[in-house]
Amino acid sequence: MQTSAAVEVAGLVKRYGDKTAVDGLDLSVLRGTVTAFLGPNGAGKTTTIETCEGYRSPDAGTVRVLGLDPVADGAALRPRIGVMLQSGGIYPTARAEETLRHMATLHAHPLDVPSLVERLGLGSCGRTPYRRLSGGQQQRLALALALVGRPELVFLDEPTAGLDPQARHATWDLVRELRTDGVTVLLTTHAMDEAEELSDDVAIVDGGRVIAQGTPEELCKGGAENTLRFGGRPGLDLGSLLKALPAETVAVELSPGSYRLTGTVDPQLLATVTSWCAQNGVLPDRISVERRTLEDVFLELTGRELRS
Amino acid sequence: MSVEGTYAPKPGAAPLPRMIRAQALLETRTLLRNGEQLLLTVVIPTLLLVLFSAVDIVDTGAGERVDFLAPGILALAVLSTAFTGQAISTGFERRYGVLKRLGASPLPRWGLMAAKTCSVLVIEALQIVLLTVVALALGWSPHGNPAAVALLLVLGTAAFSGLGLLMAGTLRAEATLAAANLVFILLLIGGGVVVPMDKFPQGAQDALGLLPIAALSDGLRDVLRHGAGLPWADLGILAVWAVLGLGAAARFFRWE
Repeated sequence: MQTSAAVEVAGLVKRYGDKTAVDGLDLSVLRGTVTAFLGPNGAGKTTTIETCEGYRSPDAGTVRVLGLDPVADGAALRPRIGVMLQSGGIYPTARAEETLRHMATLHAHPLDVPSLVERLGLGSCGRTPYRRLSGGQQQRLALALALVGRPELVFLDEPTAGLDPQARHATWDLVRELRTDGVTVLLTTHAMDEAEELSDDVAIVDGGRVIAQGTPEELCKGGAENTLRFGGRPGLDLGSLLKALPAETVAVELSPGSYRLTGTVDPQLLATVTSWCAQNGVLPDRISVERRTLEDVFLELTGRELRS
Repeated sequence: MSVEGTYAPKPGAAPLPRMIRAQALLETRTLLRNGEQLLLTVVIPTLLLVLFSAVDIVDTGAGERVDFLAPGILALAVLSTAFTGQAISTGFERRYGVLKRLGASPLPRWGLMAAKTCSVLVIEALQIVLLTVVALALGWSPHGNPAAVALLLVLGTAAFSGLGLLMAGTLRAEATLAAANLVFILLLIGGGVVVPMDKFPQGAQDALGLLPIAALSDGLRDVLRHGAGLPWADLGILAVWAVLGLGAAARFFRWE
């Protein structure tokens, strides 16, 4: 059965002992999209992904991946998915290229191994044992293992954790290329910029549930308080400014001569601020409108306290 | 005209025999490259065979010492590969998530186990060839039916594999490493490998005789030294261990 959803999770519950890791989670991943699964540590991301990969059986709820039950239909599903585990899953003494070649042998139409090695910049590590590879090389090898079988759907569990900026951008380029070529990607990440940069769809998960899902743009606009900053003479009377602005607007002088307004920042508000500046003989030396970032949304939704 | 992208999906599992052969070859290559494993499976049995044949350390009874020792050392070779080596390598594969990662590949779990068995059998074949050549050079004159010998070796392999996998699949990797080596030493001494069972008190002999290593070395000795037909009692003991060990491993093995 061909549906447009590559992954369909409904009401998933998974407990470990008396701890509930996933608590009624719903998630839908459309074919051909990149979806980021974003959440603090212990939110249930890895448990959900590993249930989709067939490693665990749900305690309640249903999971369908490419229309199949990951546990009951595992044998049919496994050749069609690519998996990158958080913990590489590669023997420390295994050689990079041998490992990749072996995974290729287990598939019917694998990618050309030398080109993949080249593409991921692993050319210099052919005979190097896994444990001697740098962190970035280890991550890229694990990524290559997920791709070599030409899967329809790849699960990438924190694909850029611990990577330097160059390696991160190289991985992002590759993920974009996967989407262009029609591969569905579900990735987990802590990195907001990564989710914002890469994904068509973001699912924010906390306490074992998806608490928000949408495109990065959708998540960043609705109900947001936006920010306008400007610089000017210290000690301006903000009271007179606020009289001219909508009631919910808040204005503070953060440090002498540095002002911040929060509220609904629209063209009208900006015009009011600049005309108020003109009336008061103030030339704002900088003025900026900041849109809410995904990070703001994330912290708003999941709170600021530290997680385990 | 559209050019198909590099990563355009084209999924599919390789044919099963190809997957199992590839996995068995990889496991065999990995074992043969591992120095500690070679020490255990090749160097120790060969050294013991040469040393105990050349020097009168233990009284092996009437006849050539090598005729007593060679069957015991063959049993030891099976123990070292099917039990100790397999337990340690599988234990660490589990610890490093290798088994978990393969669990998401097209290779089914039973296929992985079949590959491991093939790899164990290949290593054992190499050990047996080497040890037979060394023993023959030391003046060994084997008797008996090769089919009976093969049956004993296969049942012994099944018994030790079950126990080794049970250990690898339930204990921490470090505990498996320590315990598998300890068991190897204890069975080497107390299992009729180089020390004849009649050196032990009668009560101990009865208990030790039920060990799989004792059954294997005794059975091999009956055939190879005395030209016996099928040593049913020893085959029976090995079969029981094989069923218990493989059954428990299948029941309790944890992949992560």
